[in-house]
Parts: sequence; structure tokens; C-alpha cells
Amino acid sequence: MNPRFEPITGRYLHLDLLGKAHRLYVEEAGQGIPLLCLHTAGSDARQYRGVLNDARVTQNFRVIAFDMPWHGRSSPPAGWQNADYQLTSRDYVRMILEVADALELDRPVAMGCSIGGRIVLHLAHEHPERFRALIGLESAAHTEAYYDLAWLNRPDVHGGMVCAGVISGLVAPVAPDAERWETLWHYMQSGPGVFKGDLHFYMLDGDIRDRVDQIDINHCPLFLLTGEYDYSCTSEGTLDIAKRTGAPATIMQGLGHFPMSEDPEKFIAYLLPVLEKIRAL
Amino acid sequence: MIAKIAGLVNADRGLVHRGRFVDTTFMIAIDDAPTLLRVQEGRVTKVTPGPFITPDYSFCLRASRNVWEKFWQPLPPLGYTDIFALVKQKLMQVEGNLHPFMANLLYFKDVIAAPRRETKR
Repeated sequence: MNPRFEPITGRYLHLDLLGKAHRLYVEEAGQGIPLLCLHTAGSDARQYRGVLNDARVTQNFRVIAFDMPWHGRSSPPAGWQNADYQLTSRDYVRMILEVADALELDRPVAMGCSIGGRIVLHLAHEHPERFRALIGLESAAHTEAYYDLAWLNRPDVHGGMVCAGVISGLVAPVAPDAERWETLWHYMQSGPGVFKGDLHFYMLDGDIRDRVDQIDINHCPLFLLTGEYDYSCTSEGTLDIAKRTGAPATIMQGLGHFPMSEDPEKFIAYLLPVLEKIRAL
Repeated sequence: MIAKIAGLVNADRGLVHRGRFVDTTFMIAIDDAPTLLRVQEGRVTKVTPGPFITPDYSFCLRASRNVWEKFWQPLPPLGYTDIFALVKQKLMQVEGNLHPFMANLLYFKDVIAAPRRETKR
């Protein structure tokens, strides 16, 4: 293989988030409409490597993917060792707006998956004027816990292995092996308690069932894409949002809960028509 | 199907390696028919069909025959691809001391799904 660099640039951004100094890792590629990508719980922005590397996307979109604080290469804030990490709807929304401000993005498109697919519903509800469009991947208004989250962070179970084990079945069974295991690797590398802390938002605090009807897609277009094999954010959950908001929804064949990382090629084939619609807005 | 698990697991060097720290006995129950599987250093060393009077095991996965048959298809139908998908739909119960199961989840998921590979042939 000839050595080569990918067209992705990675940098560390220093900024205040939620009133504290943070050092955030941000990757980007391309030019045009800013497309801010939000990763899943307990993972990081590497999930979007396929999108960042796809010239069909980056010729018209400036794709930006950042590791949330505590995730990937972004540090937790100083003093983190004294408390458990726990993501809330309020902090998650503020974080996205403050990152967008720090990067001076003018009405970006935000695309999030899983917890990111949930938070775009909150953004659509609370801050539609800040976004050109929103894309929810694996969006559901709520997900009930279906196992005891205490297993995810305890000293007698390897946190990385159990987190990867828990989410492994959410990858479509037809996903390519290399991409499946890379998706799991990201979970194995997550810091102790980070996945569990994100799930506080996903399974408790982020429940938006009572506000979905108030989302007005005329203020900010919303697009929904969900993998057919996702049993966490189910097709039914996504179609319910579509029915209640009028947002177009597509159930993606042969994909699961991590479409952008478990099979980037297959996912981008579903993403490109959505991006074309956004360009035409 | 359960009888084939030992041969399939023990022939898979990668899977045996993944389970090299596992030392437990667990149960698979199909309807009311239990089977005990002894695992040592990642190998399934003994498979004992019930019935039992006083079975000694760490954890049990319990589901109907119809559910197990779908789960063991080479490409299971939607909703039947993973143990947690079944648990979420209340089609499977995972009972007992879950520590060995959760601490070795990636190992046990592939052990329990091993018959999918047999049905492919």
C-alpha cells in the first residue's frame, strides 16, 4: 500500500463550555455549508471518518466532527476526578451551541446519531433558528433501559469490553467485519463511566415524548434516517416522530445503530439525497 | 443445535482466546428443556442435557423454541439478531449470577450464536 494522508484536519480547540475551560478535539474536511456531526454515546468523532473522507459530501459541505468533552481526544474538565460524569439535555444543547459559536458557524446543519439523533430533536424544539437543517440518525423520542446500567462501570468488569459487548448487537449482522470491529473498538477505548453517563441523557433526562408535537419543521427542516436493524432507536420510534412532525423519514436497509461507522458506503448512499435537499433549501 | 455448540466454539481459535479467562457453567433453556454447558479456559468442555434435580450453574438464558430457532438462523429476522434485542422485547430472560456473562459478553454472545454458523453450511 502506498502511504497516504486522508484529507481530514484535526486540531485542538480551547474554549469555555458550560462555564469551564475545555480542550476539545475537532476534525474537519471540505468546504461549503457547515455540517456539524455528533457522535453516539460512549464513542467519539472517529465514527464520522467515512463522511469526512467522502468527496461527494465534502465538495459542498464543510464537515466538522468534534469529540464531546470526556470522549475521544477531548479532555474532561479539570477536577473531573471528583464526580461522576452525567450528560443532561440542558448541558448537551448548550455545548452544541457554544461549539458552533466558537467555530463561528453560520446556521450550520447538525447531524447526530443515537444520543445525537435525540439531541437534534431538542435543537429542533428549542433552537430551530440556529440551524439550516437537522439530520437525526437513529432518532427516537425516548428509549427505555433494557439492562442494568450499573454493569457499565464497576471495578470487577472491564468497562471497555462490557460497553462494546452491550452495543455489539446493534451493529447490523450484514455489516463488514472490519467496520463492525472498529465501531466496537471505539467503545472499548471510552473512559470509565462515560458511556453510562451519556445514557443518563439517552434513557432518562433526554425523554422528549411530550414535546415532539411542538417541533415545527417549517422553522427548521428535519430529516430522519434509521437503520432497520436498530432495536435501541427503533424504526417505529423514528416513524412516530415523522408522523407527529411531518419530517421525512427513511428506514435504511442493511444498517443498524451506527450507520456512519458500521458501513460508511451504504450509509452515505442514503445521506447524499438528504444533503442535496438541504443544498436546495 | 445446542449439541453443536461445543464443536463450533472449540474449533474457533479466536473465540477460545477471547474466552480464555472464563470458567463457569451456564444453562440454555428451550421452553422447559434445560441444558448445562461447562466452559473452561474458553472451551466448552461438557454439554449435559436435563432434566436436572439440583442444577448448579451461574446464569441461564431462557426462551421459547420458536425464539431460539429464529435466533439461530444464519441471518436472523429483524429483532432476533441479538440476545439484548430479545431481552428488550421480553422474548428472552437472562437470569442468575450475571457477572460471568456480563464480564465476558462478547465471548458469550458468539458462543450462544455459534449454531448460526452450522446452519450456514
